[in-house]
Amino acid sequence: MSILLDKDFTFIVQGITGREAVNLTRECLDYGAGAKIVAGVTPGRKGREVHGVPVFDTVEQAVEHHGGPIDGSVVTVPPAFTKDAVFEAIQHGVKLIVVVTERIPRFDVAEMVEFAGLMDTRIIGPNCLGLIVPDVIKLGGIGGPAKDAAKAYSPGPVGVMSRSGGMTTEISSTLTAAGLGQSTAISIGGDAIIGSTYAELMPEFEADAATQAIVIYTEPGGRMEAQLAEWVADNDSRLPIVAFMAGKFMDDEEMKGMTFGHAGTIVEGTEDTAAQKIDRLEGAGIRVVERIDEIPDAVKERLGAAV
Amino acid sequence: MPEIRGAAGGAAPVAFPALATAAATNMRFFEYESRRIVERAGIPVTEYGFCTTSEQAREAAERIGGPVVIKSQVLTGGRMKAGGVKFADSPEEAEAHAADILELEINGHRPRGVLVDPKAEITQEYYAGVVWDGAAKCPLMLFSDMGGIDIEEVAAEHPDRVGRGHLVSRLIDPPDFRAKEVIAAAGVSGRELTRATPILSRLARMFRDCDMTLAEINPLARLGDGSFVALDAHMEMEDEAKPRQRELLEKVLEIDPADTRLPYEPSEFERNVKAIDSADHRGVIQGRDHGFAGNLGLVIGAGGGSLTLTDAVRSQGGRPANYTEIGGNPSVSKTCGLAKEVLRKDGVEKIAVMMSIVSNTRVDIVARGVIKACLELDRDPAETIAIFRIPGAWEEEGYKILDRYGIEYCDRSVSMWEAARRAVEKIQA
Repeated sequence: MSILLDKDFTFIVQGITGREAVNLTRECLDYGAGAKIVAGVTPGRKGREVHGVPVFDTVEQAVEHHGGPIDGSVVTVPPAFTKDAVFEAIQHGVKLIVVVTERIPRFDVAEMVEFAGLMDTRIIGPNCLGLIVPDVIKLGGIGGPAKDAAKAYSPGPVGVMSRSGGMTTEISSTLTAAGLGQSTAISIGGDAIIGSTYAELMPEFEADAATQAIVIYTEPGGRMEAQLAEWVADNDSRLPIVAFMAGKFMDDEEMKGMTFGHAGTIVEGTEDTAAQKIDRLEGAGIRVVERIDEIPDAVKERLGAAV
Repeated sequence: MPEIRGAAGGAAPVAFPALATAAATNMRFFEYESRRIVERAGIPVTEYGFCTTSEQAREAAERIGGPVVIKSQVLTGGRMKAGGVKFADSPEEAEAHAADILELEINGHRPRGVLVDPKAEITQEYYAGVVWDGAAKCPLMLFSDMGGIDIEEVAAEHPDRVGRGHLVSRLIDPPDFRAKEVIAAAGVSGRELTRATPILSRLARMFRDCDMTLAEINPLARLGDGSFVALDAHMEMEDEAKPRQRELLEKVLEIDPADTRLPYEPSEFERNVKAIDSADHRGVIQGRDHGFAGNLGLVIGAGGGSLTLTDAVRSQGGRPANYTEIGGNPSVSKTCGLAKEVLRKDGVEKIAVMMSIVSNTRVDIVARGVIKACLELDRDPAETIAIFRIPGAWEEEGYKILDRYGIEYCDRSVSMWEAARRAVEKIQA
């Protein structure tokens, strides 16, 4: 099994005629069982097709064409238009929205998240590559072309969550090479404010029988890891968690106040340094490894202990 | 971090948020600009003058009349201690102080000018601020009746004197009542409460309308007649919002778009990489060398991969000469340009070309780019490139090219850590 997605999941791509969106549409159609992309939306481009997917001007038209509710959307429109596109999808009943766009002002993100909350919709991202259920479906550019994604991802018991899209694939590939597949892998996004944090996704993994362990990729900046540590302590989770922290060099005094990697990766206070986060995570019983290649053994050890 | 109590409404205590300071991703404002922003939001300020010469300062002091304060306009803290704030009783004295302050460098920053401000008769100093709480995904209002000092200090030592509360909603205009609750939670009542309420809620509306990441008035002064006035303000705007805040930035504040106000002066390497990136829309490259001074040049990517690889090099005794990020499939010439800049840096002996598994960026294009850079600088690629570790899209094609030049490379079966170790070993040999 998996979280959030299954083979019958239907979705649209907003901004489908953009270069990146055309590519990811192809990739998703080719991957696993073949994604059910029921429509694309680009204002003013109604009547076109992208890899056989019909294009509409509005989400409303897409829903009408489909003849029923659409489960998800991948949003790849420019930053100035993203909030409106997300609102449009939410208003028309879409329940899972992957926001790929980067450089969206954070007040817009906060507004999207609040409206989504009111309408019982989940947002993944922004500034993310989406999510994948190995061999079944992918929603977004995660893993790249179908044949490349197939090389890195394989089905299995590990849930993966990562603030870096590329590292989601690197970690999953490392797990795959060690014989550990993934239940669902999620690129959660690299911005300071994102739709779904580790702690907000944990209940989904907790409820998924196929998931037996969690691997997270983290970075300095923000309180997301502290929030996860609190969630683990409060919820007596059945899932062992292995974490990898990148960007330790950012703890150096001269790197303070500088961003590296992602917009949200910036040490501003004393609580969001790599060292502090590692302490927090370990304090909650989460194993923090030094290297990506130590992850599979740490997971196996933890799985062994959990059985 | 200190826990402070919430505004009425009984929100659970959360850790005090990190106040963004000098973040490279934020647009920072001088005090005189922050004043203007505050004033536009309908918050009372004193009649001040921004001056770039001592004569202007004298004229401003004459216009204001009475004792004045002359404050250095720099984007750094500690100006009081450094002698960047002085009091004057006459326009002549104001002129003399301004002349001194205009020449005074503070923490390596030359002042943009001076602010001449009336010396206010203050009854009490307060703090009013709005800051992002990332965990709550919502801005947080803060208020204290202990103004004039660092709010984090107040929160640590007198938590009961700091009121705080999130905006009721991001979807509606910040209402007055939540500002009132926040001020009341700091223990303020009476006329002070009713007079301070619109100031805090206007600050919150401005924070939202102007895409600030931080908006502080400190001190917010209560004068002898009971009125409130903003005496000093500190604002930071999110970089991402600059395109839609052009009206404020360029028309109202007359800030040159090239005036990026980084916390440090970009190096030649950083400027050159930026120029290469802007000249070609294909892919994205970034380069930094602030804080790096080693002999191993890093041509690495993408976001998370670069962080991981920089740590891997340093943890194994390597000394990176720089930090880079490659992403979004840059062209051969762009990659070549980046690699050349890294190779030209003082002290760089070899480069390591490494990325996490790529799905968009093409391995063969990066390989061509870095080889071209070596050849154009008359360097043997096999000697110069310590290791090439980029697995993923078009890797077979890439590896063929690398084979032809005798460059050591590895695929995904060699971890990022191992690849970094190999590079460190070679440079230390």
